[in-house]
Amino acid sequence: MLSPADPIDPMIDIVDLCKRFTKGKETITIFDALNLAIPRGDFVAVMGPSGSGKTTLLNLLGGIDRSDSGAIEVAGERLDRLSESELSRWRASHIGFIFQFYNLMPMLTAAQNVELPLLLTRLGRKERRERVETALGVVGLADRVKHYPKEMSGGQQQRVAIARAIVSDPALLLCDEPTGDLDRSTADEVLSILQVLNRDLGKTIVMVTHDPAAAQYAKRSLHLDKGHFIEKELVA
Amino acid sequence: MNDLVLIRKNLFRRKLRAILMMVSILIAFAIFAVLASFERAFNAGQDRATPDRLVVLNKINFTQPLPISYYNRVAAIDGVAQITHFSWFGGYYQEPRNFIAAFAVDPENWMKLRDTDFVFSPEARAAFIRERTGVLVGARMMEKWGWKVGDHIPISSSIWSQKSGSHAWDFIIVGSFTARIPQADTNVMLMGYDYFNETRSFGKDLISWLALRTTSVAANERVIEAIDGMFANSPYETTTDSEKAFSKAFAAQLGNIALIVELVVGAAFVTILMIVGNTMVMTVRERTREIGVLKTLGFSGGRILRMVLGESILLALLGGLPGLGVALLLITKVRDSLMNFVPALSLYPDIAAAAVGLMVVFGIITGLVPALNAMRLNIVTALGRS
Repeated sequence: MLSPADPIDPMIDIVDLCKRFTKGKETITIFDALNLAIPRGDFVAVMGPSGSGKTTLLNLLGGIDRSDSGAIEVAGERLDRLSESELSRWRASHIGFIFQFYNLMPMLTAAQNVELPLLLTRLGRKERRERVETALGVVGLADRVKHYPKEMSGGQQQRVAIARAIVSDPALLLCDEPTGDLDRSTADEVLSILQVLNRDLGKTIVMVTHDPAAAQYAKRSLHLDKGHFIEKELVA
Repeated sequence: MNDLVLIRKNLFRRKLRAILMMVSILIAFAIFAVLASFERAFNAGQDRATPDRLVVLNKINFTQPLPISYYNRVAAIDGVAQITHFSWFGGYYQEPRNFIAAFAVDPENWMKLRDTDFVFSPEARAAFIRERTGVLVGARMMEKWGWKVGDHIPISSSIWSQKSGSHAWDFIIVGSFTARIPQADTNVMLMGYDYFNETRSFGKDLISWLALRTTSVAANERVIEAIDGMFANSPYETTTDSEKAFSKAFAAQLGNIALIVELVVGAAFVTILMIVGNTMVMTVRERTREIGVLKTLGFSGGRILRMVLGESILLALLGGLPGLGVALLLITKVRDSLMNFVPALSLYPDIAAAAVGLMVVFGIITGLVPALNAMRLNIVTALGRS
């Protein structure tokens, strides 16, 4: 294990993870016996050069990609043992995703975009609306509920995406270059929100980034190169 | 918000494209409903026909007459329960373009035979039997010409003339009748054969055809053989068939309507199916990344499949239902002017129901491939696509 996670209840526990891709006749090994443990409430920045496996790691942690061997346990669930439909249900209740390019639905308002994950719950309309308002309030967009993505700036769209990620109250947020498409000051706003979510609401966050300034907002950063963590750096 | 809102928002994200697809579907279903209604109208006689009713015609063709003497001879055949006869009058009102479907019949027996198709009041029934110059007029014809019981109406014939040389007969409307079943056409006039036969200048004691009811369907074959055998090698040989076959043969004069309907509708459908199906594939392909995001959020493959199928079915219904409305308008508009040729023209409920069913099938067929593609979509691949 690279990091001393809570031995009783780690949020993420990866043991001997192997992942390979086949490209034509060539097989590319992304991870070969990777080990990682991240405790609950951590805020980890994963850095590394392009092709080092950062996004693949995030996909594996979020249950949207499959490992070739090894064990992945996230939020107490062995993802490598779940079927596709079980993984869908698990993602809906345990994971919040934040993407570099926001990935909002252009035909839906901010409130409707945020409400999307709640369609997978049994919550009534009133409760859903309250949760959406709360989530948009957390990211400071309570006055933008009826705005469409094209009517908002990049920073505002990313904040809507964060609200969508937290509206179902998941324990783990997975962020793939969340500030990669934003200017510095807007990036700082978004990263501050993530920091608040981690510090005040106890969300565990794993953030992939190229940006050292962004990594400064995390509690620690991990450097990934050629499928191995080569460095550990405590930031805060 | 719910899935239906999401489906609707997806469908109308490109309004022009959605509207053009809906117009295509509208045209297809309007064509379907209009042609199916015409086909039904042409075959109304077959639909009305009951299996125990037979028609006896001149073997040459139905425009050739039969002697009235056949009436009593056929009536005496074992297995014949009821019988009447028809003579085509070829009438018009005031001027030749005002065509009147009129027949000279044996009043009492005609009403007995047609009691299953039409409703006759006791007064009309009695008056038609009693009044030699009386005519019984169907409700639609009464309405069309604004006639009422007691009116004196001159009806001319394009075939027959009176002994005086006149082509016009003066009749009194002694009663009216309504349809007992939807397929029964009441745009028709009946006159007493005796009066017609006595006053016409030629063709005396001839009729157009006989219509009869057998004691049971099982007796049909035996009765047919007996009738046609009885008149074999005579100057007026007969051919006897079921009323349904007679109506079908009559409708066939206008061409194979069913085949035309099937070909036209089939061609329109296949063309529009390909256009809409291709557009749906493109539409879903454009949303690959968004579908990947939905799956990332936890939407299952099955739910995505249902949403895409729901979108294509909604599209088919939004295009098809107005298509039925257009068809209804067209049929209503042309019905009066075509009353004489296709009197039963109407958008029947079962045609509308079949069209709605077809819309759902159409939606499923056009949406199935993109829905399956969306269901199977790999999230990592989808998110990697810009």
